Amino acid sequence: MLSVQNNTVVQAEFSAGLLSQFADMVSRYPEGKQKSALLPVLHAVQAEQGWLSVPAMDRVADYLQIEPIEVYEVATFYTMYFLRPQGKYMLEVCRTGPCCLVGAEKIMDHLEQKLGVKEGDVTPDGLFSWRGVECLAACGYGPVLQIGPEYTFYENLTPQLVDQLIIDLKGKANN
Amino acid sequence: MSRKLLLEHINVPGINTFDVYRSKGGYASVEKALKTMSADDVVEEVKKSGLRGRGGAGFPTGMKWSFLAKPEGVARYLVCNADESEPGTFKDRYLMTHIPHLLVEGMIIASYALGAKASYIYVRGEMMPQIRILEKAIVEARNAGFLGKNILGTGYDLELYVQPGGGAYICGEETALIESLEGKRGNPRIKPPFPAIAGLYGCPTVVNNVESIAAVVPIIRDGGDEYAKVGVGRSTGTKLISAGGNLKKPGVYEIELGMPVEEFIYSDEYCGGIANGKRLKAVVAGGSSVPVLPANLILKTAANEARLMSYESLADGGFATGTMMGSGGFIAFDEDQCMVRNTWNFARFYHHESCGQCSPCREGTGWMEKVLHRLEHGHGKLSDMDLLVDVSKKIEGNTICPLGDAAAWPVASAIRHFRDEFEWHVNNPAEAVQRNYGLAHYADPLAIAEPVS
Repeated sequence: MLSVQNNTVVQAEFSAGLLSQFADMVSRYPEGKQKSALLPVLHAVQAEQGWLSVPAMDRVADYLQIEPIEVYEVATFYTMYFLRPQGKYMLEVCRTGPCCLVGAEKIMDHLEQKLGVKEGDVTPDGLFSWRGVECLAACGYGPVLQIGPEYTFYENLTPQLVDQLIIDLKGKANN
Repeated sequence: MSRKLLLEHINVPGINTFDVYRSKGGYASVEKALKTMSADDVVEEVKKSGLRGRGGAGFPTGMKWSFLAKPEGVARYLVCNADESEPGTFKDRYLMTHIPHLLVEGMIIASYALGAKASYIYVRGEMMPQIRILEKAIVEARNAGFLGKNILGTGYDLELYVQPGGGAYICGEETALIESLEGKRGNPRIKPPFPAIAGLYGCPTVVNNVESIAAVVPIIRDGGDEYAKVGVGRSTGTKLISAGGNLKKPGVYEIELGMPVEEFIYSDEYCGGIANGKRLKAVVAGGSSVPVLPANLILKTAANEARLMSYESLADGGFATGTMMGSGGFIAFDEDQCMVRNTWNFARFYHHESCGQCSPCREGTGWMEKVLHRLEHGHGKLSDMDLLVDVSKKIEGNTICPLGDAAAWPVASAIRHFRDEFEWHVNNPAEAVQRNYGLAHYADPLAIAEPVS
């Protein structure tokens, strides 16, 4: 899974905004326990860069004074971290039991057909990816989907609502 | 009308803000605890309340607190488990979204009781909106003098932080959560040592569910004895139930423990019955890990008594005819649902979420998923049901953490109670991919054995 994307320009330096977020995160733990900031730091990097490149993870390791492998093993364990570029909007649909009782599988079929790409692939315009994810703890409002990096949440989905969402997101991207 | 201890003011506009929450008596329990009670007094009240952990295990919270080691000069930690990810459960999301100060208030009291100077709320990473809500609530509480140095002039100092997870069901297990909070993979630790002795950074640590922490607020306000008067037997107090699946009114409900299951499903005050005029086929009463029961056994016990929403009544009959309260994730299946397909879905979930440390879980969950996949897709064999039970038994009890049991129980119970639906899939593969088995006899009254005289 962990592959260097040679043809992708990676932002090697972290922005001043990111670095100040890092400093705030590290301040939440006792001295010497800065590794605790690893998960929030990775979220912040992904929110700004869209995914976690190997150079970015190496710089995180450098910042937190830990070995690069300590970053890779965490980034590969947790499902929220992207190890390759995704569409600008990654639509994550809950695919676990309770949501399937109320039509989550139909929503995923509809997304695949509407976007014309398979789960995990990016649309040619670079705008969209979609995937099924495990229980999002919103079983009373299913089917649901979320879109990072803000993790905006959409509940009680129907194919019509999904169509409208895609139109809205396209409009947002073009503005 | 059931008594509300947590969600009494949930419909008050602006209850998510400090000012409104405070105007409704919020933070009075913090004042009472810090100004008039010792830390041990607080622990004693929680013990008296009979509060049992609301995350799923149901272990008495006060007892858990009293196990905390207190070596001289070593920091102690309270960590709130807000990694809500048990399929069927969404009560913590609801509580954090709508009344975040209840959790913050509970955290201050519990931290004081345990002598923690820094406490963490570990929220699953996907709940970024809830993380922002909690962070705002913490700032408000700090500005009002309820967090930081010398809280309310009592000399007690506390910092409260929100920590995001990274997307892993296993981090709901307390030692995996601690590993994750230390910036590592969520691999559960071998116990002992228990977190009460060596938890976060090797220091004594208590990990409690969101709802358990929130329940401390009414316990301190009214006293442990008063809290214990609500509910039934050893199931004291109220419980948040996440009701989902094919219900007319899914959502989060606060119930007094001891309410009949039938009332909870069918009364208009709660779920309002099954959606679209369908009939009830099955229920998973406490989150996907607990045994699934057919409609007849969830409404009545094998002894033909009304089944109640309590720890004891839901467990009545053991795994043969009963289930568990778990986290209160109540999933209703209507007559059109396929138990094979749902069991396959849950098996896939546990395979996906197994951390991979223990072979029985890592391998067993994969095999269960594969066998269930072929059953669902018309390629099953009659021997598959025994094979699944065999695999589930080899996982159960043979792993470091309870994820193995959690993966085994739904599969074993589905075959226990719905074996003829599984057999129908094998014997009628072409038909089974076209249509579902339906309600069959799963709601029929059970034959009750004559009492032996």
